[in-house]
Amino acid sequence: MYVAVKGGETAILNSHELLAAARRGDEGVPEISPAQIREQMRLGVARVMSEGALYDEELAALALKQAAGDQVEAIFLLRAYRTTLPRFGYSLPVDSGRMNIRRRISAAFKDLPGGQVLGPTYDYTQRLLDFSLHAPAACKLPPCADEPLPAAMPRVADLLGHEGLMEAELPPAGDPAPGDLSREPLRFPADRATRLQNLARGDEGFLLAMGYSTQRGYANSHPFAGEIRMGEVALEIVPEELGFPIAIGEITLTECQMINQFAGSSTVPPQFTRGYGLAFGEAERKAMAMALVDRALRAAELGEEVVAPAQQPEFVLSHSDNVEASGFVQHLKLPHYVDFQSELELLRKMRKRHEGRKKVSVTEGNPLFGTGGKAHTEIAVGENA
Amino acid sequence: MNAPHIPLLPGFADPVDDAQRIFRAVLAALSRPGMLQAISGLPPAPAPLCAASGAVLLALADYETPVWLQSPSPEACAWLRFHCGAPLVDAPAEAVFAVISQPLALPPLAAFAQGLPEYPDRSATLIVHSAGFGDQGLRLTGPGIQDECRLGIDGLAPDFWRSWQSQQGHAPLGVDLLFVNGDSLLGLPRSTRVDVEGKGE
Amino acid sequence: MNTVAGYNFAYLDEQTKRMIRRALLKAVAIPGYQVPFGSREMPLPYGWGTGGIQVTASILGRSDVLKVIDQGSDDTTNAVNIRRFFAQTAGVATTDSTGEASIIQTRHRIPEKPLGEHQIMVYQVPLPEPLGRLEPREAVTRKLHALADYGLMHVKLYEDIARYGHIASTYDYPVLVNGRYLMAPSPIPKFDNPKLHMNPALQLFGAGREKRVYAIPPYTRVESLDFEDHPFSVQRWDEPCALCGTADSFLDEVVLDDAGGRMFVCSDSDYCKTRQGAGHTGSQSPIPAEAT
Repeated sequence: MYVAVKGGETAILNSHELLAAARRGDEGVPEISPAQIREQMRLGVARVMSEGALYDEELAALALKQAAGDQVEAIFLLRAYRTTLPRFGYSLPVDSGRMNIRRRISAAFKDLPGGQVLGPTYDYTQRLLDFSLHAPAACKLPPCADEPLPAAMPRVADLLGHEGLMEAELPPAGDPAPGDLSREPLRFPADRATRLQNLARGDEGFLLAMGYSTQRGYANSHPFAGEIRMGEVALEIVPEELGFPIAIGEITLTECQMINQFAGSSTVPPQFTRGYGLAFGEAERKAMAMALVDRALRAAELGEEVVAPAQQPEFVLSHSDNVEASGFVQHLKLPHYVDFQSELELLRKMRKRHEGRKKVSVTEGNPLFGTGGKAHTEIAVGENA
Repeated sequence: MNAPHIPLLPGFADPVDDAQRIFRAVLAALSRPGMLQAISGLPPAPAPLCAASGAVLLALADYETPVWLQSPSPEACAWLRFHCGAPLVDAPAEAVFAVISQPLALPPLAAFAQGLPEYPDRSATLIVHSAGFGDQGLRLTGPGIQDECRLGIDGLAPDFWRSWQSQQGHAPLGVDLLFVNGDSLLGLPRSTRVDVEGKGE
Repeated sequence: MNTVAGYNFAYLDEQTKRMIRRALLKAVAIPGYQVPFGSREMPLPYGWGTGGIQVTASILGRSDVLKVIDQGSDDTTNAVNIRRFFAQTAGVATTDSTGEASIIQTRHRIPEKPLGEHQIMVYQVPLPEPLGRLEPREAVTRKLHALADYGLMHVKLYEDIARYGHIASTYDYPVLVNGRYLMAPSPIPKFDNPKLHMNPALQLFGAGREKRVYAIPPYTRVESLDFEDHPFSVQRWDEPCALCGTADSFLDEVVLDDAGGRMFVCSDSDYCKTRQGAGHTGSQSPIPAEAT
């Protein structure tokens, strides 16, 4: 006798307990703390903050612990939390020109005012597994430089701007307040501020692949890493009751300005154009990929031929969000048997028709679905009977 | 912020439940045009608002929805700014919600946001103070109405229904109306066809 | 009283509810038109009912009685999970009974028991754009809706007929609402399409990931697209439900063994249970493989 399945709250609750046990792993190994994740997994924390769209190292670390290290799950946790937070106001635009720099490089000039600052980077590590990390060890800091870095370092793009070789970065006419993608749906055509918001929250892997495709000929792109800088910037707000800006703290940012050639048009002389990337924390790969994609998405506005996926705003912006993408791909796990039943019925009907037409005697049914065939007939009903 | 000269009237006693209750009445009103919805237990609102139009704004207006008052008063403006945070606008075309407290002097419907062909939802909702509701004079048909609905809406300008009918020529663009009177609410979405009885056209 | 500390009644903050409520009112005023809204990240994944959940959270009041079904059943894990979410965040009464519910949130089915005027259906919608599979660019589909230019869909259906001899859509079968907007009925089986037409209940649709809501007011014309010589039709089963014996409900095929044995049973679990409770009974036995 068949009894219909009861999904059951008990099964769900039990699965939560199994999940918690699996997250904890072997209890003979000390439990990891969010503070350890925050301090020792800082690049993972940075990605969760960027794509989770919430600058909070503590919560990002907690989300990573809860998600057992699954970045997209941790990003989702942070997003679902941030959406419930009241908003007190909007910060002033941060000035990355006044960044307290820890790393700054340019691939366009050998030397430049302020100099190249290598900072903490994996770039020139030799990717040899360091077996000494099996055991805790004290680390030593390098000696201090002879002189401190200059307080303000000019941006490379601005240096070129003085010569008129770089497009000016001007606010759009009327300097409208940028939209807010966390409050309003994405609409097309999307202006650049909206596109950049979307890319800043976008999945690093997706942007990396899209940016990569522009280098391989899917979009006519010849980028130079004009400048990458990473460090701390002050965050300021103007409280209503004060009427002047006050600093409420500082955040770590990675900024990338890609320089691309532009052939010019009938009204604009040939010049360099920019692609821009910005991410929370140390996130150089993300910032660079974002800058490539930003520039590719400007194709239409610059009168370039739109031929590649990375140049199509709707394609890129509608698929960049990993919380959306992960949810929808994984929703295929949910039961679909009503729709599947409808497809099954149709397929059987089509096969019957096919067989009838071919006049071939069939001795075996489809092994997947039993022998198929007769369970359904179709009756016509009047329009919306 | 300037302190109002007279004490501000309160808003909803229970902002969460009252807003939900009023919204459901508005939803029912627009879903079932011509069917009166009762909304009771409303806080008083400063003139020219009435308790019902005030309650609809308390439930639905906020800093994202510019409001236009046909005859603004300092008390009503202060009340809306305080309880809803809604910006008050001078031009009908900028309003998401408009309160028509003198329906005989209603500006042309076309003066309000009509929506765009690709976004017909970006249109105004007008809250109209009616002088009362009767059971004859108008014949309503369209979505939300099983066959037809007969009723009367008092206190409107004689040419009002002609302008309603001309709005339907621009469907799906147009404004949506909520008539209020006392504790009663009546919805008239743009999709409702209205025939004035005894006036063959 | 709220059952989860730190969260508002029904989880959403009041500003978000107002924004969704305003979108719903415009949706009702423009039947079948997809209203963009500022969909929020929800604590359940996109694609798992976030649109329906946001709609339900925005309309729900303390006196509502909520029913949640997935594939017609109250007992599927996702339905259980969403019902639990509202029981926890809003403390509202929940029910399995279609007749007792004031709000029914659903994924993929419309209950078999006819709905009443006092009820609101909330559909979870994965892909709200009926033209999306033919034209993925929203910038283009918005224009087509503005012009009521649905030639693309008619061509697609016509090509189906030319190729297969019939229209090959079995679920999410496109409908025209109030003679104006082409609408995706969420992926309900076309079996349920006739129930959309002139339904006494208000029907609301929420697509969270795609950030749109739309509506069919009560008593609104909803036509499934077809051609004169190929009228719209729904599937019927030769076998009645093996549990309750009904011949007029949508049936799930349940595979019982690896030898082709199976059973057809009601997809609407409440309908089936109610009939069984009233003494109706089916064959109670599987269809042997050779019988088909």
